Formats: sequence, structure tokens, C-alpha cells
Amino acid sequence: MTLVRSLFAALGLLMLPASAHAAIYGAESFTLDNGMEVVVIPNHRAPVVAHMVWYRVGAVDEPPGKSGIAHFLEHLMFKGTPTHPAGEINQVVARNGGDQNAFTSFEYTGYYQNIAVDRLPKMMELEADRMRNLILSEEDVATERDVIIEERRMRVDNRPGSILDERLSAALWMTHRYGTPVIGWPEEMAGLNREDALQFYKRFYAPENAILVISGDITAKTLKPLAEKYYGVIPRGGEKFVRPAPPKLMPGADVRVTYHDERVKQPSLYRRYVAPSYATGDQADVDALTVFAEIAGGGATSKLYRALVVDREIAASAGAGYDGSAASHGSMYLDVTPNPGIELAEAEKAMDEEMRKILGGGISDDDVAKAKQRMKTSLIFLKDSPLGAAQRVGAWVATGLPLADLENWDKRLETITADRVRSAAKALFASAPSATGILLPKETAP
Amino acid sequence: MTRIATILAMCAAIAAPVAAMDVKAVKSPGGISAYLNEDHGNQIVALSFYFAGGSALDPNERAGLSNFATALLDEGAGDKDSFEFQSELENRSIRWRVGADKDAIAGSITATTDNLDAALDLLALALTQPRFDAEPIDRIRKQILIKIKSDTENPNRIAASTLMTALFGDHPYGRNDDGTAETVAQLGADDFKAWAKARFARDRLIVAASGDITARQLGRALDRAFGRLPAMTGLATALPEAPIAAAANVVRVEKKLPQSVIYLGQQGIRRSDPDWYTAQVVDYVFGSGSFTSRLMDEIREKRGLAYSVFSSLQPLDVGAFVMAGAGTRAEAAEESIAVFRDEWRKLNESGITAEELQGAKDYLTGAWPLRFTATTRIADTLVAVQRDKLGLKYLDERNDLINKVTLEDANRVARRIYDPATLKVVVVGPANSGGGNTKSK
Repeated sequence: MTLVRSLFAALGLLMLPASAHAAIYGAESFTLDNGMEVVVIPNHRAPVVAHMVWYRVGAVDEPPGKSGIAHFLEHLMFKGTPTHPAGEINQVVARNGGDQNAFTSFEYTGYYQNIAVDRLPKMMELEADRMRNLILSEEDVATERDVIIEERRMRVDNRPGSILDERLSAALWMTHRYGTPVIGWPEEMAGLNREDALQFYKRFYAPENAILVISGDITAKTLKPLAEKYYGVIPRGGEKFVRPAPPKLMPGADVRVTYHDERVKQPSLYRRYVAPSYATGDQADVDALTVFAEIAGGGATSKLYRALVVDREIAASAGAGYDGSAASHGSMYLDVTPNPGIELAEAEKAMDEEMRKILGGGISDDDVAKAKQRMKTSLIFLKDSPLGAAQRVGAWVATGLPLADLENWDKRLETITADRVRSAAKALFASAPSATGILLPKETAP
Repeated sequence: MTRIATILAMCAAIAAPVAAMDVKAVKSPGGISAYLNEDHGNQIVALSFYFAGGSALDPNERAGLSNFATALLDEGAGDKDSFEFQSELENRSIRWRVGADKDAIAGSITATTDNLDAALDLLALALTQPRFDAEPIDRIRKQILIKIKSDTENPNRIAASTLMTALFGDHPYGRNDDGTAETVAQLGADDFKAWAKARFARDRLIVAASGDITARQLGRALDRAFGRLPAMTGLATALPEAPIAAAANVVRVEKKLPQSVIYLGQQGIRRSDPDWYTAQVVDYVFGSGSFTSRLMDEIREKRGLAYSVFSSLQPLDVGAFVMAGAGTRAEAAEESIAVFRDEWRKLNESGITAEELQGAKDYLTGAWPLRFTATTRIADTLVAVQRDKLGLKYLDERNDLINKVTLEDANRVARRIYDPATLKVVVVGPANSGGGNTKSK
């Protein structure tokens, strides 16, 4: 690796196109000497770039009892460094006309500024500085802890659907960290302190665990010297973090979680299945399940919506979804909201009947061909906005998936057969562990 | 502090002028005008449209009509029933968006270049021959009724609709755009047909396009989508003026919630007001400049009272309001309201500083190009420029208009607009949320 890298560097050819065919995003990638990955997605429509730094670390990497620390640290990253003290980063980004934010997920944490391209070097300087030089006062930490607790109240405690979702995930994933909410459990959040944040920061925030994603009015050639100047000089923190294998899932069960809340005016049902992902399953199965979810529950012409909402008039809404691009297991989702006057149990029974029909020969070759065609046509929208493209490409790479597999999705899509769609779906629904969440008003409580 | 000022000054000095947007005015062979931002980098075209007159024109007894009817526009038109219409949208990956707000029915179609003609034909059909079949009417009615019911327990929706009523009273602006369970239950095909006839005409149409299309092609596209619309409708569009009473008011909506939602509002200014740009600068300093605003600093950064805190200017056709809000733990609701009131008063009495003024100008001018990065958003922005009668030159002059704002102007406008004595406050949360200055830690 070292030899190859220096050879390319000497030739000035470090930029490796992701693939030979016309790729979806046309992204180029290279790696700095300190191990930091760089991905560039050119888009010259406006003199603007999205500048993102992603860390390959998230809520699943938190120490036991410290749920929420990855997200808490994300908030604290806006506090300051010796060269850019408290509050300055917000001021400088704003005074340069930039919009900024950050986000935390199970397996990655990201920071971005959307900004005029001539201000990019300043953003790189700030972002590089806070990768290693964060300083935190006890007072900042205490106040910001109140803020994340308010964030939890807003996102979870004030929304009965989110409360149920939290319980459902805990029941489905058990000992796997996907069962712990990214924002954290309330009691553990209240105990998070400055030392917890700094330990997590020092352990994981280093160039070998980071990915720079720049999307917009720039090329890899122009970016490379800037990336080297601002990020390339940061010393390695240590070895690249390799996430330990998650615990084996508990043997499958069909868990049911019922949550009654006086704020619920409309009963609904939501079911989640453990599904293959690009990390855990066969790539062709994951591709096929993506097409399946589109056919079964993707929109107003999908099988579930047509059957339950339009034809049988049992539900006000019904759908399916699938996420196969996680670093651990994927998820398949089904949901149904019954019409007024229809019992939830009746809607669930109807949903199960329709799923049996769909899986038992309900998907025609023509359904698959049409779904593939519309998925292919819609690819072009993915790269329309620089920030949107950076978010999709960044999430993919930060999850640990090869960039080429994202760029080649349209080619793979062509090879997916109707048989594979049917067999992958059948296999999943035949044996996958699932959890069914039922949201009900208080008055129907037993 | 001095060092920060130096760094900031340097940033401002290197700020390059924003590249002028390539936008031209186009007129179709049939006489329909539009703005066009032509860009062939990606094979996508967005066409945004706007028909003046929105849900505020719905009669009281048919409140929710515009919202309901717009939801039915892609549920069948001409010879295509709901399924055929939806299938064509989906199979061709046409992005369809249309909605009703208080003053307009507006939306966009975004399609790949090779699907544009089909998208234009669907739009033309929906605007001129919507079917309003019984099946989709019943289905969408159920969905709207469920939403109306669920919204009675959604704290943000409750706070927003309560504030609108507190501000505008019996004026149509004070109503919920969705209507009520009673009005929605009574709406039917005849109402929708009369609505479509009354609302869609060329005299109230504004259009803009962006993306992979030339001026000549756009001319033909405009006639294809809108050429069959009547030149004008007989509907009177004039709404009565909607002044906001000066009397202060606090409305508490009791809900058992861990977090109280607080919204505040008062008289604002319209887009056509000569003080508009100055007000934008002041509002940025106050609460719309996300991480750097006074409200963010006082309520979130210093006190940890909220995660989300904001202010905004809300201009309407026949009225305007200023609003602000936050979600704060129930026992600290009164403390948060006190901070809001205090900031309102400070802004009114002392205005903003020269440094804050410069900060607002730097952001607002520097962020201008961010509006022009995504195809549909560009078309939407170009619709707004025409709606507000700003002219093509605005795209080049907009940053000068911001930069011209003086500190005297800003402080005069802060006094003129932000009046703590007229504040309407809405609190959605538990009854016992008046616990004073309690902090949880």
C-alpha cells in the first residue's frame, strides 16, 4: 500500500476514478498520507461547495452506560479550540455566508458547511482544527447537556410514535446496539460529562477515521493540494478504528410491542424485520430487496397501497421500506394506518393477506421491469444538489462500503431478475426476526 | 475579541462578488411569460408555477377546500383515472408537487428532459380537466380527516394554529388551511370543479423554469402546459386587509407534555415595504441567523432552555406578522417566555450593534448563491422574484440592497417592528408550567 501510494503521488496520479463507465455521481477518491480518505463530486452549476467531514464512528461505538455520547460530542464540537475559541466557528461560518450543521447516526458522525467555493479554505482550516484541538469547559458541557435533553424531549418524549419506535427497536435488537437510541436513554444522558466526551473524542476523532467529502464547483486536481495543506498535516491518532463484530442476534422471535398514549388520535401499526444488508448479505439479494420494497410499498401505485387503501378501503395509508446500506444488519419495514371505523387487528390481518399474495406470485415480470425503469430514471435527481450528493456518497463510504458499488448501482440494477426479487423477498419474510409496534389511544387500554 | 474581529474583517475582504445568475425572460408564442435559468449540466428540467389566490379565498363554510382540491389534482384528469395518472407520474419519475398556502396555489413539476413533454401534458390535464372521481375524493377525505384529528395532539400544529387565530381573529388568515372536520366532511365534486375553474387562469399565473431547456423549447412548453387555460376568471381575489390588533395576549393550551411549545407573534411587514431589506437584517440578528442569533445565544447557548429556537418574518398578501418560538421543558416555560420578552424589548429599545449589522450583511450576501444549487429550488426562487415584482435586475442587485442598510435604518426598523407591548404568546403544555426560574441541574 505504501509503495503504491507514493508511486502515484510521485506521478501526481493519486486520483483514482471509481469506475470506467459513466458513474452515477462521477466521484473521485484518494487517500492522504495520514490515512484520511477524500471523495470529490464535481458539480459546476453554481460557485458553491458542500464541505463535509465524516467520522467512521457513531452511537454503536459508545461505551456501555454512555448512550448518547457520540451525539453529545457532536454538539460539543461547536464549542471551540485554542486558536478558534468559544463560539468563533459559528461566527466565521456565518460571516462567510455558510450554512452549517452536523448529524450523528449509528455508525457515523458528520459535520458540514454549504458555502461559496472561494470560502472553502477557511472552512477546511476550521474543520481540521477541531478534529484534534477541541477544548471544553465544565460550564459549556453542563449547558449543552440541557440542550440535548431538550432535543430528546422534542424528538421523542413529545411524540408518541417515536416513543413506540424506541421500544420497538429495543425489543427487536436486544443486545445489538441498534436497540439503543442514538440520542441516548434519558438517565444515561443526564450522567454524561466532560470526561466522557473528551475520551470519545480522543479515541475516535483522527484523520485515519475521517473522510473528507467535497461536492460542488471543484475538481479533485484543485482540491488535492488544499486537502494536503489543511488535513494532510494532521498526525495520525493511531491505528484506524476497526469496529468489533456486533453481538450475534438473539434467536428470532415475533415480538409485539403495544403502546397506549392519550395523545394518540389515530391507531397505527408498524413492523420491522431484520434484513440482509450489503455488509451482512449477498449483494444481489440486497439489490433485489431494494426493488421489492419499491414494488410492494414504494408509493401510490405500490401493491400495498393499491390493495389496502384504494381497493379494499381498509387503510388510510400503507407502505413498505427497506434499508440495506447499514454497516451491520439491514431493515425491512411495513406500516399501515386503518381507516376510521376499522379495527387495527383487521388492518393487520389484511396487510398480512396482501403480503402473502405479493410473495406468492403477486409480482409479475412487468412489475419488476417497470420498477427498475423508474428507479433508473430517478437516479439523475440524486446528484442535482451538491449537498444532497455529498450526503448520499458520504453515508455510503462512512458505512464502509466501496464507492464503486454505489457508482455502479445502475449497472447492477439492469441485471436484477424478477426471479431474484421474488426469491429474496420470500426468503426474508419466511424467517426474519421481526417486531410489530402497535400505537393506540389511551382509552382502549385493557 | 480583537483577534476575532481581524479574522472576520479579512474574510469579508476576500469575499468575491457573486457571479451573476444567467436568467432571462421568455415569452411563449401564445403569450405566456416566464423566467428561465438555462443549464445543460444535468438532464433535468423544473417548471415552477404559482396561481395567485390560496386557501384564504375559501368560503368559511368550505374551509379546507383549496387544500383538499390540490391533493386531488394528481388523482385523475382527462381520460386518465387516478391509477393511470399516478402510474404515469411514477413510471416516468416525474416529481409532482402542488400545494395551497394562504395566498396561492403553487407547485412544480421536475422531470428528466426526455419525460418533460409527458409531464407538461399531465400538468395541463390536471389544471384544465381534473376528474374529481368519487373514489379518490373519499380516500383523500379520510386522510385529511385523520390528519385534522391527529393535529389536535401535535404541539407544534396546535401552537401554530392558535397563534394564527390570536393574530388574525376572524380574518381568513386566522383559519387552519386544512379546514375543520365539519367543513371537510361536506366538500364534494361540485365544489372542487367550481374551485378549479375559478382558480386556474392565465391572468393569475406566474411561471419559471430551470435546467436543461432552451428559451425556444420553453416557449413551446409553456403553451403546452398552460395554453388551454382561460385568459382570466371572474373570481374576485380581493381579500380584506388583515391588521393585527395591538393588544397583548397570552393563550395557554393545556396538554400533558414533557416539553412545552412556545410561539410568539405580532404585526410584521410586507414584502413590498420599503423597509423589507432592513427588516431581514434585523430579523437575522434577532433569531433567524441559526447558530449566531441573539435568541439562540440567550435561550440555547447561555441557558440550555431549548434545542430549537427561531424567529422569522412572515409576509402575506394583505397582512404580515413576525414570529418566534422554542420548545422548552415544561417547568421552564415561563423563564423562556421572560427571555423572549426581554430580547424583544432590548431590540426595540437599543437596536443592534454595528458589528451585528456587518455580520448579518456578510451572511445574507454570502449565502445568496446557496439558493441556486438545486434545479427545482432555482425555479421556485425565480417564481418568487416575479411574484414580488422585483424584475430580472434584482438577481444582480439583491446584495447591494442588503449592503445599503445603515445602522440608523436598522435601529429605526427595530423600533418600528418589534414591540413587546403587542406580543401574542401561545404556550402549549401542562398547566403547571409556570414554575418560575427552576433549572433542572
